[in-house]
Amino acid sequence: MKQLPASIWTLTVGVVVTLIALWAGNHSGFFPEQASLQAPLVDNFFNLMFMIAVALFLLVAGTIIFFTIRFRQRPGDEEDGVPLEGDFALEAYWTLIPAVIVIVLGIYSVEVFTQMGGFAPGGGGGNHLFMSHHQHHEMKTQLVSDDPAENAPEFKAEYGLGGAGKPDVTVTVTGMQYAWIFNYPEGITAGELHIPVNKSVQLNIKAADVIHSFWVPQFRLKQDAIPGHDTELRFTATKVGDYPVVCAELCGGYHGAMRTRVYVHTQEEYDQWLKENQFAQNPDLSGAVAVNSED
Amino acid sequence: MAQAQLPVSGELPQVSGHHPTAWKWYDYFTFNVDHKVIGIQYLVFSFVFYLLGGLMAVVMRTELYTPDADVIDPNLYNALLTNHGTIMIFGWIVPAAIGGFGNFLVPLMIGARDMAFPRLNALAFWMLPPAGLLLLGSFIFGGAQAGWTSYPPLSLITANTAQSMWCLSIILAGTSSILGSVNFVVTMVKMRVPSMPWDKMPLFCWAMMATSILALLSTPVLAIGLILLLFDINFGTSFFKPDAGGNVIIYQHLFWFYSHPAVYLMILPIFGIMSEVIPVHARKPIFGYKAIVGSSMVICMVGLFVWVHHMFTSGTPPWMRMFFTVSTLIVAVPTGVKIFSWTATLWGGKIRYTSAMLFAIGLLIMFVVGGLSGVTLGTAPVDIHMHDTYYVVAHFHYVLFGGSVFGLYAGIYHWFPKMTGRMLNEPLGKVHFLLTLIGANLTFLPMHVLGTQGMPRRVAMYDPQFTQINQICTIGAFVLAFSVIPFLVNVIWSWGWGEKASGNPWRALTLEWTTASPPIIENWHRLPVLTHGPYDYGMNGHDTSPAIATHS
Repeated sequence: MKQLPASIWTLTVGVVVTLIALWAGNHSGFFPEQASLQAPLVDNFFNLMFMIAVALFLLVAGTIIFFTIRFRQRPGDEEDGVPLEGDFALEAYWTLIPAVIVIVLGIYSVEVFTQMGGFAPGGGGGNHLFMSHHQHHEMKTQLVSDDPAENAPEFKAEYGLGGAGKPDVTVTVTGMQYAWIFNYPEGITAGELHIPVNKSVQLNIKAADVIHSFWVPQFRLKQDAIPGHDTELRFTATKVGDYPVVCAELCGGYHGAMRTRVYVHTQEEYDQWLKENQFAQNPDLSGAVAVNSED
Repeated sequence: MAQAQLPVSGELPQVSGHHPTAWKWYDYFTFNVDHKVIGIQYLVFSFVFYLLGGLMAVVMRTELYTPDADVIDPNLYNALLTNHGTIMIFGWIVPAAIGGFGNFLVPLMIGARDMAFPRLNALAFWMLPPAGLLLLGSFIFGGAQAGWTSYPPLSLITANTAQSMWCLSIILAGTSSILGSVNFVVTMVKMRVPSMPWDKMPLFCWAMMATSILALLSTPVLAIGLILLLFDINFGTSFFKPDAGGNVIIYQHLFWFYSHPAVYLMILPIFGIMSEVIPVHARKPIFGYKAIVGSSMVICMVGLFVWVHHMFTSGTPPWMRMFFTVSTLIVAVPTGVKIFSWTATLWGGKIRYTSAMLFAIGLLIMFVVGGLSGVTLGTAPVDIHMHDTYYVVAHFHYVLFGGSVFGLYAGIYHWFPKMTGRMLNEPLGKVHFLLTLIGANLTFLPMHVLGTQGMPRRVAMYDPQFTQINQICTIGAFVLAFSVIPFLVNVIWSWGWGEKASGNPWRALTLEWTTASPPIIENWHRLPVLTHGPYDYGMNGHDTSPAIATHS
């Protein structure tokens, strides 16, 4: 190969690949809308990796296809190829460069994870409605008789995403085949999650029967509900609206139908919702009826 | 053959007097101890199960053509997804790659007459048919429905009989895999021809070495987990019953301690196949022999310490999430080394567009996609969103279909002449390749988007907003199903009536090509002597031009 054209080619390919990768990284466009403080963190991190991935894919796949065409067997040529067994410098490059990339990504993911609150499970210590009881029947009875006064043992989440300080809203989430139940300290039991916008929300997550997984794609957050282990999620919703709550862990035949909604309200709407439901469900602690009607 | 047929005097003079020179067709249905028979038994058995597992996938994709569960019962859907995964892993890729190619090729490549423990070898194979029958039989009782991961408590309360059969089946398959692995390690350590030092051993054998070590270290742990599960279901223990003091997270650790390495069990032998196929059809020495050996070993070791990345959203404390994020990312480095080495092997070659080579090149590109999406999934922050979604389904199908299945096809096109003495039909092979490539990308590429946008995996019914993309995937799955037809026709026709293959139709340099096609019983009349490395194309005066390549 002639020197000059080769370097011009390399430069052109480099520029084109970089431009495509930069464009792709900013227009991945796969994600649903961002509705929590954590969502942009996840998206930006993903988009960075997507950008690197697009660049690497174009380079590697492009090289493979180029070599495959350029070095095809010509008719009648039965000779062997160039007897080249290795090149130390080249091999060192393609070991070290990916190593540096993954180390940087590793450090960056620790950083993102910290910002998301990943290092603080159990730190949030919210108000917890339930003892960490795991028996199925006791769960059920507790669901309908939550009395804020009786929450003697602390809710102890070992796993999840937490946060420092007292959350503005605490909701206990229980996954069961095939529904989510949301219990509020105000004595409300609901089949959908209602939360105020721009307030820190603490979910204490439990499972009544098998493992479920609480996922709101628009929040980019997911946490398994595990029988026998308390888990938690701390987040702040940033957009008024309603979003799907999806069960992401196989939990039986109707796993795919285990869906509900999360309603993100303005503070006033939320207060009103609280008041209405408190009144409707709780004047004399007869919440059992409401549970059945709302599933 | 120019290279390896220097006669060794006094070598087993009357060996051919006692044996038939070739096996009859019915020998392939018996407890035969010849490694070549066992290898072909593994391959044919596993391909039948591949078709069964593929059929299950087609039924599932048909169900997913519409958002509602309107084709089959959702419980049956779960049974299909559980058994699709189980069969593709334990009934197809593992037995085909390790049992099939491993058994057929390792003794031939190292110049041995058989495996070290031939009866053990046959025993290992004959554990698989009962394992397969247990899986199929479980459908009488509804089929195991808790996913191939079978997490308790779901697996404890769903279809108990079928779930127990599933456990027994996997324990059998696991035992078979342990027996096979011991055999491979001993064979390679003890039975190489004296003229073959470690650094002249073909890379497929090195890959089998890494695979076997990994299987020996990890498979017993899976067996432990499944035995405990079996006891919980049938004998009243409560290892994994949370309401009786059990711990469901422990199961996940036991399961993934095996099942992540299982991914490498399914890809390392395929990497070995790549390292054989590419140099032969590019007429080039493999680029970076030592780096490829080293990276197999590094993958084998690091692969043992990444399992928790399957549990980022379950019971995983923060430090563990971060430790396993970093260890997972590290695996990308040795894997990258292999990809780059094969790419560099193409440079300066004289590439033949044979079906084997096309599948190998297709694998390279598909695997890069799967590897890159794997890096994004390996980081805890992104995984918290992506875990258990269709993004994961897309990722592992790029690795296991785009990687392992493409590699198995490449291996079949490459070694079919050696195994059967007949050439496969090349034009049909190319049609097969094109259909497979199109079908695979049509099926699995859109799934990345599905998962990112919010569709969980393992669902028989989904939000109608995902309908359109699901329909594309389903059409892709039909193309994939159809793509098997030219392959089947090709194999069946060629096996019976195909063009006869010479001993070395590709003019390759590894030892399996120094004997007849198909090889005689006990492989050689006189053991070959190694006079050059396995990839010395265009080197050391070993010109492999056609004049001396004919050997019968």
